[in-house]
Amino acid sequence: MLIKIPDPSLVILIGASGSGKSTFAHKHFKPTEILSSDFCRGLVSDDETDQSATTDAFEVLHFIAAKRLAAGKLTVIDATNVQSDARKSLHALAKEYHYLTAAIVFNLPAKLCQERNDARPDRDFKPHVIRNQTGQLRRSLRGLKREGFRNFLYVMSSPEEVEAAQVERQPLWTNRKDEVGPFDIIGDVHGCFDELVELLKKLGYEISNQQDGGTIVKHPQDRKVVFVGDYVDRGPKVVEVLRLVMEMHKTGMAICVPGNHDTKLARALRGKNVNSTHGLAESLVQLEKESEEFKADIAEFIESMVSHYVFDNGKLVVAHAGMKKEFQGRASGRVREFALYGETTGETDEFGLPVRLNWAEEYRGDATVVYGHTPVAEPQWINRTINIDTGCVFGGNLTALRYPEKELVSVPARQTYYEPAKPFLNESDKQKLSGMQIDDGILDINDVIGRRVISTRLNHNVTIREENTIAALEVMSRFAIDPKWLIYLPPTMSPTETSTKPNLLEHPAEGFAYYRNQRVSNVVWQEKHMGSRAVVIVCQSAETSKKRFSISDDRFGVCYTRTGRPFFDDVLMESELLRQVKQAADSAGFWETLDTDWFCIDCELMPWSVKAQELLRQQYAPVGTSAHVAVGDAVATLETAGKRGIQLNDILDTYQERAIAVSEYVSAYQQYCWDVQSIADLKLAPFHLLATEGTVHFDKDHLWHMEMLSKLCKGSDDNLLFTTTYGTVDLTDEASETAAIRKWEELTAIGGEGIVIKPLDFIVKGKRGLVQPAVKCRGREYLRIIYGPEYTLPHNLERLRSRGLSHKRALAIREFALGVEALERFVHCEPLSKVHECVFGVLALESETVDPRL
Amino acid sequence: MNANTKRPILNLLLHLPAQFIVMLLTITTTYSPATDLGFLLHKHPERLQSFELAYGQAHVFYPEANTEKCTAALLLDVDSVGLVRRYHGQVRDNFALAEYVNDRPYVASSFMSVAIAKVFSSALSGRSKDRPELVETPIPLSAKLSILPCRGGEKFLRRLFEPLSYTVKAERHVLDAQFPDWGESRYFTVTINKICVLSELLTHLYVLIPVLDDEKHYWVDQAEIDKLLKHGGDWLSEHPEQESIVNRYLKRQRRLTRQALAQLRETDVDEIEEQTQEEVQIEERIGLNEIRLTKTTEVIKESGAKRVLDLGCGEGKLLRKLMAEKHFEEIVGVDVSHQSLKIAQQRLHFDRLPEKQKERLKFFQGSLCYRDKRLEGYDAAAVIEVIEHLDPPRLSAFERVLFEFARPQTVVLTTPNVEYNVKFENLPAGRFRHRDHRFEWTREEFQSWASDISNRFGYTVVFHPIGEIGENVGSPTQMAVFTQERF
Repeated sequence: MLIKIPDPSLVILIGASGSGKSTFAHKHFKPTEILSSDFCRGLVSDDETDQSATTDAFEVLHFIAAKRLAAGKLTVIDATNVQSDARKSLHALAKEYHYLTAAIVFNLPAKLCQERNDARPDRDFKPHVIRNQTGQLRRSLRGLKREGFRNFLYVMSSPEEVEAAQVERQPLWTNRKDEVGPFDIIGDVHGCFDELVELLKKLGYEISNQQDGGTIVKHPQDRKVVFVGDYVDRGPKVVEVLRLVMEMHKTGMAICVPGNHDTKLARALRGKNVNSTHGLAESLVQLEKESEEFKADIAEFIESMVSHYVFDNGKLVVAHAGMKKEFQGRASGRVREFALYGETTGETDEFGLPVRLNWAEEYRGDATVVYGHTPVAEPQWINRTINIDTGCVFGGNLTALRYPEKELVSVPARQTYYEPAKPFLNESDKQKLSGMQIDDGILDINDVIGRRVISTRLNHNVTIREENTIAALEVMSRFAIDPKWLIYLPPTMSPTETSTKPNLLEHPAEGFAYYRNQRVSNVVWQEKHMGSRAVVIVCQSAETSKKRFSISDDRFGVCYTRTGRPFFDDVLMESELLRQVKQAADSAGFWETLDTDWFCIDCELMPWSVKAQELLRQQYAPVGTSAHVAVGDAVATLETAGKRGIQLNDILDTYQERAIAVSEYVSAYQQYCWDVQSIADLKLAPFHLLATEGTVHFDKDHLWHMEMLSKLCKGSDDNLLFTTTYGTVDLTDEASETAAIRKWEELTAIGGEGIVIKPLDFIVKGKRGLVQPAVKCRGREYLRIIYGPEYTLPHNLERLRSRGLSHKRALAIREFALGVEALERFVHCEPLSKVHECVFGVLALESETVDPRL
Repeated sequence: MNANTKRPILNLLLHLPAQFIVMLLTITTTYSPATDLGFLLHKHPERLQSFELAYGQAHVFYPEANTEKCTAALLLDVDSVGLVRRYHGQVRDNFALAEYVNDRPYVASSFMSVAIAKVFSSALSGRSKDRPELVETPIPLSAKLSILPCRGGEKFLRRLFEPLSYTVKAERHVLDAQFPDWGESRYFTVTINKICVLSELLTHLYVLIPVLDDEKHYWVDQAEIDKLLKHGGDWLSEHPEQESIVNRYLKRQRRLTRQALAQLRETDVDEIEEQTQEEVQIEERIGLNEIRLTKTTEVIKESGAKRVLDLGCGEGKLLRKLMAEKHFEEIVGVDVSHQSLKIAQQRLHFDRLPEKQKERLKFFQGSLCYRDKRLEGYDAAAVIEVIEHLDPPRLSAFERVLFEFARPQTVVLTTPNVEYNVKFENLPAGRFRHRDHRFEWTREEFQSWASDISNRFGYTVVFHPIGEIGENVGSPTQMAVFTQERF
């Protein structure tokens, strides 16, 4: 016997104890596919034959089965299953997960089963047990079909038959994962034959009419058409459309899913009593002249169609009215319903049409779903789904989506063939839609909370702990800018390893050594400005921000901090800054050179006091003023005592040293502060050109970034933009390194914060994964404001040298990977939720406890 | 999203910097012979003496010592690195870990009190081996603290020392002379003068320095009451600022404060309890928040709702009211701040509630900017003083999350009425009522926003003034009650 079972499906073995189910299962299925009741009994009671553990054992079995079904795995239930109640609960489980069921029945004589049990030392069933089981099985046999094993029921009645049986797995009809395209997916045709032909030609298909009246359609690049259904009704040339589609289907040029109109027509053609509304009457009139044979062909064609298809290794799903993630590749009445009609609330609106639930807005699947059914003015991507029914029959367009290119191609309707019940093309709708082009609806709390594992291209999976997402949810909700703008957050940056040079905590030599050890031969150094990190996005116009960022107000850009907060409280200051950056981009020819209408840059905005005003007033200045007075008084008092001849040992000297340290501390922070009255007092120093339309620029080296940004700075009419000093170092050449160290000494001697050292290439992978994208090397005086006025006293410095960098560096790598991922997802037009989860991840990681002085 | 919750969330804070704590106290007398001060303090005027303390070193020396005038200096060196290490992992929220580059090392604080008790212990308790009679003699004394942080400003400083008959000289320091815009610091160089016995001066300093600083470097517990009573028992009972001194000294811990006050006033704790309770009640009778919450509870009850959400429940004031109404079957407190939820649970004694009550109450962290299935299917939602904490660009997400997706039958929403702000005397014109407010609306702005929402999402809305209505400016709080239209 050849046992064909659908893959996946829930396979239920039925037979008395001793009928050979387990042996059979292990012969034909993987051990992990088999769930045995005996095994579960053992799990909960340590005894596979303990009948008192049966209830618990089946709970475990059902629990595991449910997990496997949710994951789409073929699962075999190895239990007697001779009672209808046992089978009923398995059917319910299959139904819940939209699984097909198959039954393999071991209808063997009770005597044989008993003998086998007797031969096993661990089984001591009384004869009546087996007799009862076989009895129950016999009585069940006739009803099995009715129970739901209609298509996949196999009964074996002898040991020989069991021995000879072969099992063959058949992929589900919906599964066409092996077909990877390229496809042209065409929306609802509704009898618009002329437009269909025009669209096919526009897509590059060659259509030739044969002498026998047939048509041959070919594509020079071997493309195939996938129709989303609704071939018939309402339109003028239903017959022609059907002929062409059926022909293309027959020759393998087209793959078809059914629409609700098609299935209704099929029922009508089979003589069923259906309402001839919504254009069915017109189809029937047009079909009147056709032969009964053709009509039967049509009915058969429609009936043979499968609810939906999964293509391209699971990456593409086509269904008439869409397909939720849980239903993809599954088979059940409800799946088919969904494919044909979508999901409705059961209510009707003022036009008498069913109110639809917007499944697409909630969609979080990985597969792209292409569908039709409800006419829209313009196709729009929502969470990797797109509706391409542009209402041709209502005077709209007939649209195709080219896959994998994801380009839209459409032809306009030649006329309005049918008045829609609900106007779908009115002006206000159109406007709203263009503003929502890539609006992925609203973010869901499940996109961000709990423990998260985010897969990134650069660093595999990045795991975020729940306590970090808890912290980030508050920050993101209360303080962050609109998530639609928030496409990137910069990673934290580690300092160089601690220097062993006297009087210093950090020195460039360790930074260079780090990269040399990572086998990086060329690095750049850039001056590190003491300001605040700012990410700036500028659009060519407010139109772009509407279209690309779905921003509904008139803003044409944004400037935000490293934690995603608005940089300025003052909106006017921000828009003036954006205007000046845009002006610079205009005159630098940025838009043309980069072929873009927006860009995102990573910058430092000075002075520090703009953003750190609170910090300065709450922390730095109070320390300065109190230290100044306290130490000053102490020195004065000690001096007075000293003059009287009191032996002060070395206390006075120590305090005099401290007084110097304190005044150095005050001047250290003071030089990063200046009063800001207007934008003219600000300086913006860009150092990364992160992304433009369609592209992230992580594949270019830092010299490219600095050159591009230097062009931007030169284009500015104002004094806002500030060029960063930088240089390159050949790590194999000592002289080159010495020169860079001298530069660091010069910069920090005149009060600079220090330098940042980066590998020449933006992204470098070393022997053990990603290399730090940058390390900072701060100056001696600058560190005073980090480590306190007196950190340079030898006793302190020595203790401070024992600082660990590994946690900070691990965080930097993970945040870097997430930031890059966020931008890549954004430029690839991934849904907002996919971009947001990455930036949310960066923010969450920032709540990790690390020594903040690093 | 309660207004009361402002905590640093991202742990961007630095540890205490590596530095020594420097604090200076000088005590001067012009009693003749002034050098007798040495006998009183038990410290020789011609020698530097150093002492090991648990947290560092103290030095005593005399910059000036002659018969007319004698000055003793107490200089503290506190090893802050050692301090951090000592506390690390024990008291996580201790200031030494929670703040970074900070003023602790340089200002007179509880460290100074500890040093006084240790280094001048005999003088503090009024003992002198060599000059026992002088201990009882009032002498002209002057004490100078080179940096004293005064929370409450010079006024409070004077209110502390002047009732004790000191003359007070206070010089306030600016934050940074180079940036006068930054304003004044809270530091003063303070000199106090009085003719009294030395132990009195030292006792006053011992108690009042940490009171002014309003911080303690160690954990405050029962033992702290004993210290306070020991050093303040006699003079504190008459001091007009008694309550604030006790309150601050005990780090504002209510239970300890009540107990200490009771002992000072020689009354029962219960009585104090009643008094403070009464104060609270008077406050509540006039409190705007109370009116708001009562009205909210009333409106929700009238709507017939059984299952209620408190969105932005903060520390649970409204939840408490709702719980008191048996009518409500399920009450859910939602807040974006995990910390607030924890406090709310404590305040409502969630863990100790009887099973039946506990079943009625739920908590979870949620954000009004994200769609959340857990919020669906409720009869009513209260959104009290929440929206003004959202940035205007995020409002549209809030509107959809609440009115399109969660869709409770009734929504009770309140927000400040900015027109009323002119009536708040302490509020400068143009400033919002709370630092975290992102906007405050006029009645017209609020009503047009609310009406637009009800049109878009199928609700009807009515408005209520909350609080006393001022002429031309309306009520301090405005309330909108949205009711879902039924088909």
